[in-house]
Amino acid sequence: MIRIANGQGFWGDSLDAPVQQVRRGPIDYLTLDYLAEVTMSILEKQRSRDPKAGYARDFVDLIARLLPELRDRRVRVIANAGGVNPMGCRDALLEVARSQKIPITVGTVTGDDITDQLDRILSRGIELRNMDTDAPLASIRDRVQRANVYLGAFPVAEALKRGADIVVSGRIADAALVMGPMIHEFGWNETDWDKLSAGIIAGHVAECGAQGSGGNCQVDWETIPNLADVGYPIIEAERDGSFVATKHHGTGGRVTVASVKEQLLYEIGDPKAYITPDVIADFTTIHLQQDGEDRVRFRGIQGLPATNFYKVSISYSAGFKAMGQMAYGWPDALKKARAADRILRERLDRLGLKFDAIRTEFLGAGACHGIEAAIPSAEIEPHLPEVVLRVGVRSQDRKMVERFTREIAPLALSGPPVASGLGLGRPQVEEIIAFWPALIPKSEVQPEVAIWRSDA
Amino acid sequence: MAKRRLIELAHARSGDKGDRVNIGLIAKRPEDYPVLVREVTAERVKEHFAAVCKGRVERFELPNLDAMNFLLHEALDGGGTMALKADPQGKTYSSALLRMEIDVD
Repeated sequence: MIRIANGQGFWGDSLDAPVQQVRRGPIDYLTLDYLAEVTMSILEKQRSRDPKAGYARDFVDLIARLLPELRDRRVRVIANAGGVNPMGCRDALLEVARSQKIPITVGTVTGDDITDQLDRILSRGIELRNMDTDAPLASIRDRVQRANVYLGAFPVAEALKRGADIVVSGRIADAALVMGPMIHEFGWNETDWDKLSAGIIAGHVAECGAQGSGGNCQVDWETIPNLADVGYPIIEAERDGSFVATKHHGTGGRVTVASVKEQLLYEIGDPKAYITPDVIADFTTIHLQQDGEDRVRFRGIQGLPATNFYKVSISYSAGFKAMGQMAYGWPDALKKARAADRILRERLDRLGLKFDAIRTEFLGAGACHGIEAAIPSAEIEPHLPEVVLRVGVRSQDRKMVERFTREIAPLALSGPPVASGLGLGRPQVEEIIAFWPALIPKSEVQPEVAIWRSDA
Repeated sequence: MAKRRLIELAHARSGDKGDRVNIGLIAKRPEDYPVLVREVTAERVKEHFAAVCKGRVERFELPNLDAMNFLLHEALDGGGTMALKADPQGKTYSSALLRMEIDVD
């Protein structure tokens, strides 16, 4: 049995969680997921200003903080912290090792970045059609920023086999971070579909951090203990593909059959065909059983052969947006917010501003759910203590969006009464980086694994 | 037949993929799962989310987890970074579904 602990659900998650995962009980591997879709574009902006940047600097700081303990406790680390510059991340890690005089071996997993190969790929008749809209990539080719393939877990396993203490990758499937050590330790091969399916499902349970161990959990949420000190998920994996999801003893949160079911259903489509680079996982074969406090055992998982494609995420510039807010107080708060919205829109019209989209929502009056059942009844409506008017606009023309941001604050003194700008200041204009999901034949992509020693 | 709100019988979690939202709906007690299967049809969910879901609703059953997964297409105002919504990833759609009233035996 090996213990794989996840300490990061996204870049911006708790800085302390990975430290707690290492210190508060035995683990063999620490995995860290830093890359949401939008992260790659942020990192690309950083690299354009500094060629040495473009990776998750937080990860290097974490290793600097933990390296002696990782060595003493023999914990190996796998992170997709490389972002758009895995080799820059490697250099920073080797530098940390040298300055602390603790020799390490870093494994890099690359080959995910196909940005510079797009034209070659397109010229071969691979159109990279949008998986949602079926449009060919050619329609936005001139606005593309980056193209990264979601690689699988086998390159991670290879890096571990070749002795890496720390594996750093660019884009790989989130669950592959967790499955890499299983393939390495148990010698699973590329057609062990049931075991690979189990590994992916284990990764799915752990990859979102504390959301797999009691955070953001609806079932009996008020009785979930000590979320202030929530323990992040740990997978106790067995050679046969069965595993236990748990967390360190003494930490807050909860791991029960019910809480685990919530995470299993998070961000999935057809549960019989959860497509990943290495296998098609079948969530309808999972058998769950409570196995002591904060321990859930998974058994019986089956899978189907992987497809011949990788998914590629292509980011492109898609215009600009801004969101403005103004709060209105009792009485008739919603009526006032609606009046303010009409006034604002009339002013935008008078200014001749045109947007690709404009959207009004009333926070406190059903905006999040957005459905009829959430709208306050006529009886309650006049008594709502406050309602926040929220207006968003989107345009290809930055100037239009910029001008919109100047029209929010004036509402406070020139619109309906009892208005508060909530101290937020003028709305910020954001460049929209949109994502183009496509499939690419595996034969077009070459994952690369390399090993680097700090004392070499 | 009595009316019950789903929140009494089930819990849920939702998330996004592009312009789609998925909502996992889980029976709190296994004995209530068949009632959920009977009552919470794709058509009813489409109707419940009519104001936000412009596309179709697909339903998948996971009897092993006493759960169903609903996929709401064209449900996020364009989705992801394009959306101007306060909840651009549909994270609160889970409890929006739990508002639904169903007939129980």
